[in-house]
Formats: sequence, C-alpha cells, structure tokens
Amino acid sequence: MTTATEVMKPPRTEVGVLGWLKKNLFGTWYDALLTVGSVAFISVVLYGVTNWALTGAKWGVVTTNIKVFMVGRYPYSEIWRIWASIGLFAVMAAITGVVWRLNIARARRAVTISWIVVSLLTVVLLAGFGENTPIPRVPLAIWSGLMLTLTLGIVGIVASFPIGVLLALGRRSNLPVIKVFSTMFIEIVRGVPLITVLFIAMLMLPLFLPASISGRLSNVLRVMVGMTLFSAAYVAENVRGGLQAIPKGQYEAGRAVGLNEAYVMALIVLPQALRAMIPAIVGQFISLYKDTSLVVIVGLLDLLGIAKAVTGQTEWIGTQKEVFAFAGVIYFITCSALSYASRRLEKQLGVGER
Amino acid sequence: MSAIAVARQRTLRVLRDERFLRALGQAVFAIAVVLFVAWCLSNYRDRGLTFTFRFLREEASFDLAEGMAFSPVDPYWKAFIVGLLNTIKVAFFGIIMATILGTVTGVARLSRNWLISNIAGVYIEIIRNTPVLVQLFFLYFAVILKFPSLEDRIVLPGPIFISIRGINLTWPRPTESFAYWLPFLIGAVIVAVGIYAWRVLLERRTRRPVSRLPWTFIALAVPLLGWFLVPGNPLYPDRPAVEGLKVVGGTSLSPEFAAILFGLVIYTAAFIAEVVRAGIMAVPRGQTEAARAQGFTEMQILQLVILPQALRIIIPPLISQYLNLTKNSSLAIAIAFLDLYAVSSTMLNQSGRVVEVFLMIMAAYLSMSLTISVLMNYVNRRLAPVER
Repeated sequence: MTTATEVMKPPRTEVGVLGWLKKNLFGTWYDALLTVGSVAFISVVLYGVTNWALTGAKWGVVTTNIKVFMVGRYPYSEIWRIWASIGLFAVMAAITGVVWRLNIARARRAVTISWIVVSLLTVVLLAGFGENTPIPRVPLAIWSGLMLTLTLGIVGIVASFPIGVLLALGRRSNLPVIKVFSTMFIEIVRGVPLITVLFIAMLMLPLFLPASISGRLSNVLRVMVGMTLFSAAYVAENVRGGLQAIPKGQYEAGRAVGLNEAYVMALIVLPQALRAMIPAIVGQFISLYKDTSLVVIVGLLDLLGIAKAVTGQTEWIGTQKEVFAFAGVIYFITCSALSYASRRLEKQLGVGER
Repeated sequence: MSAIAVARQRTLRVLRDERFLRALGQAVFAIAVVLFVAWCLSNYRDRGLTFTFRFLREEASFDLAEGMAFSPVDPYWKAFIVGLLNTIKVAFFGIIMATILGTVTGVARLSRNWLISNIAGVYIEIIRNTPVLVQLFFLYFAVILKFPSLEDRIVLPGPIFISIRGINLTWPRPTESFAYWLPFLIGAVIVAVGIYAWRVLLERRTRRPVSRLPWTFIALAVPLLGWFLVPGNPLYPDRPAVEGLKVVGGTSLSPEFAAILFGLVIYTAAFIAEVVRAGIMAVPRGQTEAARAQGFTEMQILQLVILPQALRIIIPPLISQYLNLTKNSSLAIAIAFLDLYAVSSTMLNQSGRVVEVFLMIMAAYLSMSLTISVLMNYVNRRLAPVER
C-alpha cells in the first residue's frame, strides 16, 4: 500500500478566523448576546467620541495655549533653559541605556555620579542666579504648568524615598521611643487625606515657624514638604513589607560573620528588601505623580491648575471638555510611560525570580 | 590597679554597653523632638495666637445648601456635623456602588469573551492612569454642568429627570399604614437569620455542603405577605414633577453630589476590579477541577470553593480601596460639594482658628479610617480559614 495516510484537517470551525471568533466571541448563546451588545456599545462610544473630536471640539484652545500648558508663567525668553535641561536629560538617558545594555561595569558608578551632577546642574540652570547674569533668577513661586507637575513629582519621589526607608526602619526598630514615633507618624499621615496634609503645610506650618523663616517659604516649597512627608509614610509601609519578607536567617548570618546591626541592615537586608518591593514602590511613585494634581486645590498652577485657568479665559468659554481631556491625555501618557518603565526594570532586576 | 583606673574602666564599660547606648540614643531623640515641639509652640505663642475650641458655640453666619437643614444662625459645631454627615453619605453610597461596579468589571476582565474583557481592560487602564481630580473636573465641569436646563431636561423612565439642577428620582415614601407593615419587615429579618442558622446546623449535622444564601431569600415572602394584609399601601412612589422653575416631589441629587459620588465610584471601581481579578486568579484551577470531580454543582463550587479562598486575598486590599475612597471624598472641595472638608475650610476662613479646625478634621478622618478598618478586619477574620 503506497497511499499516504490521509491527514485529517482540523474542523473549519476550530482554527483560523472562524475558530477564533467562535472561541472568543460566540462560545455560548449568552456570549453571543454579550458580544452583540458590546459591539453596539463600542460603536456608539467611538462614533460619539470621534464625531466630537473631529467636528465639534474647538482644539484651538489647546494649540493656542500650548506654551501655557507646558511652562505656565515661566518667562518665554528663558524657555531655551528648559529645552537645554530636557536635552541634558535625554543625553544622560541615552548614555545610561548604552552603558547598561553593554554591561560596562566600570562606567556604572560614573554614570550614577553624573546623574547627580546633571540633576543639580539642571536645577541651577532652571532656577538661575541674580539679576544681571546670563541666566536670571526664575523664582520657584512662578514655576507652573506641566513643568511644575514634573518638578513636584520628581522632588517628591527623590525626597520621600530616603525618609520612607528611615521611617520603615524606625517602625521595625526595637527601640521603643523611635518605634512609637515612626508608627504614629506613619499611621496618622496614612489616615488623613493628602489635601489635609497640603493645607497643613500651607496654612499651619507657617504659624509654628518664626516669621523670618516662614516669610521666605514659597507656596511651592511648602507643598513640596507636604507631599514629601505624605508620600514618605506610604513608601515606609511598602519598605516595611519588603523587610518582613526577608528571612530571619539573613540577619543572623550577617551577625554571625561579625557585621554590626547597621551593616547587616545596609549591606544585606535592605538591598534585598528594596529589590523585592520595587513594583510596590514604583506604584506608590506613580500615584504620587498623579496626586501632584491636588495642588490645584491649594491654589498652585500645575498642569491641572493651568487647565482650569484656561477654561476661564473669555475667548475660550465652554471648552472644558477639550481642555480637561487634553490634560488627561498628558497624564495618561506620562503615567503609562512610568508603569512601562517599571515593568522593564522589574524584568531586568529579575524580581520574583531567584 | 589604682582606684581611678578602675573607675575609668567601669565608665568605659558602661559607655560601651549596648543597653546604655540604646537608652542614650532614645533619650537624645526624645529630647530633640520635645525641644522642636516646644520651639514650634513658642513661635505660635509669639504670634499672639491662642488655642481654644470656644468658637464652636458661636454663630456660624454662613449657609449650607447640602444635607441636613442648616441656617446661618446655627453654631459652628453644627456646621461641622452637617459636613461630616455629607462625607459619610458619599463614602457609604460610594463604597457600595464601587464594590458592585468593581466586581462586575473585574469579572468582565476575566471573561472568555474577548470584547468584554478588553472593554473592561480599556476602562481600567484609562481610569488608573489619570489623576482622580482630572476625572472629577471633567465629570463636573465638562459633563454635569453641561446638562440641559430644567425645561429641556432629559427624562428617563421612572421618571428620572436629568438637568443642570441635578438628578431627580422617584422615591418610595411611607404612608400611614407603614406602621402596620413595619413588624413584617422586622419579622423578615428574624426569619432570614433563622433559616440561615438552620442551614448551617444542617451542614454541620449532615457533614455535606448545603447552600445557605439562596434559602434565606425565602424570608422575602414575609413582607410580601404583609403588603397584602396591611390596609392600603404602606409605601407610595413619590414622583418628581416640574412646577414652574422648581422640581417638587421625589428625591434629588445635587449636581455636586452626583459629580463627587459618580466620580469616586468610577475611579475606585477600576482599582477594585484589579483587586477582584487578582483574587480570583490566585485560586488555582485545580481547586475548581477537584471540586467538580467530587460532584459539586457550579453554584456550590463558587460558593464553597472559589469565593472563600478568593475573598481571603481580596479583602485586605479592598479595605485600603475603601479607605482611599473615603479619603478621596475630601476632593469634593474642588467641585464645591459641602463635605466635611469643604465645610471645615469655610469654618477656618471665618473663624481664623486654623490649628483647632485642622485637629478636628484630622480626628474626624482618622476615626472614619479606623472604623472602616476595624469593621473590615472583623469581616476578614471571620472569613479566614481555620488553620490546622
């Protein structure tokens, strides 16, 4: 017998487009019903949104005010300084990427140090010096728009991290005074809304400082203090979770090889705890970044504050939909980028793997 | 060895003693904190500021348009209570609605239906990646404040009126015969508890899984029976109607209340959906398969195998979502809903009592947070499986 065995093809309804449709959309009669309903829902929403975006919406309010959205009241003649800062960061990011990709171990420390230098340089560049210098002073109080949002986010993240770690260590400490202090701080801050913390920083803080100091604190600075302390309490809880996950044997082994408690913490326990908690901490940072929008309630002009101010312009009455949708899209893009980056970081550090 | 050398050695030993160092470090820290607080307080006093809650009994002289009846001659403390009740109202209804929407979305995200799962996914991603305040502003300024005037109101069956004045709903109101019906309502609760207890006992005795919840619905028959026994109808539908420039009858949600409630529900539900999804996914497939192999029905599998395990994972993060919703209700101030926070900030501006009012705000939020955690932790403990 030479006839080849007939290869039986799978049923037409199980593979290809038809199979996919059957499996994913029309599995059962109620599945089919749901699918039809969803298609109707999607078409109505899509039609409504595109129709509005293409014909009804006055996007002029966004294009005319784009500079205001981005930098707010930052003097327009000085905008090159912002571009220069963005350029610096882009170059640094590129260098970092190359160094990490090629795994040049020696360059890593140099890259870390230059990140710090570049960051300080940017602050100086953006804030400037006195009157008659090439880069005149732009006080923090007039920083606004997306620039303020990013500044608040970055400062909050950078400053709240070390404070959060200290608080977490304090809460786990066996020194009762420090433990009670840290626990009370964390629990009180986590129990009240961010708004109260911001208002306390704005209104109450100055009352408890001598007039000479509180007079010099700009609103932006006060808000930064409030946001940092607020976020630190949440970071502390995340770090504490990480610390609890480290087996006791790690401490004991560290002590056994003769390290004192501080070294055990700094060299053995903390690095492992932080690595395990990266997803949670990044999630906390993303929510801190989103929470910067709350400063609009205490009267600061961040991206959302500018958006609200723009809707009040007489020539753009009734454009709330366009303006808030635009602000939402910017937040969406930045937040998605952050969470994408965190997923990459997790993968690279092999969180969850051993 | 001279006496001095001995004494020095003893001092050194004390100085190197870890217990002594610990005590010293803590004492220094405590003193530093106390000194800092004292410094702050002295600065406070230097400004000529005092600390007293006496202003609470004074006349508030502002009006509150939301919640309990309040007039400008009422004292400050009453204004604070009105605000607190408004916040509790938002938190209470918000938690219930967000739980329902979030569970439905979470289950939809896990649906085998590709379209349903992706609609839920897009909703979750959009909501989670934008600030809640942007959503609230959009909902209030761009949607609710753009609703048609009362004349051109949208009428949904019910009737429900949607207009710039807010949302007016039909609402059941008790009549005179409600008093006769009340015993039947209480009876229904007693019967429901009785049936539940009986089913639990049955399960213990037969050592076989017994469905409990569906059976308790039998108790609904009691008030239904009562409805026909009682003279007249105990409840009547109070329908909204437009009279001139006003809506009379029914119950109404102000635009601000609708914005803060729906805004928070939409926001929190996206997070709850993720919590629910993670909880269900954490139950291994083998559990379902094993239960099915033993002949459990689908309903029993859900009730006795999947839910008890999933809930254990779901409840702790769910607690923090409830807490977040309650705390986020303070954003009402941005859209002029008169919640605890908004009322307090008016109090603060009028009386100038910054520190006192802030202490009251913090105390109120802390006690609400505490209440929710205590309640939910109790539920969590009840659900926890008995460890061997």
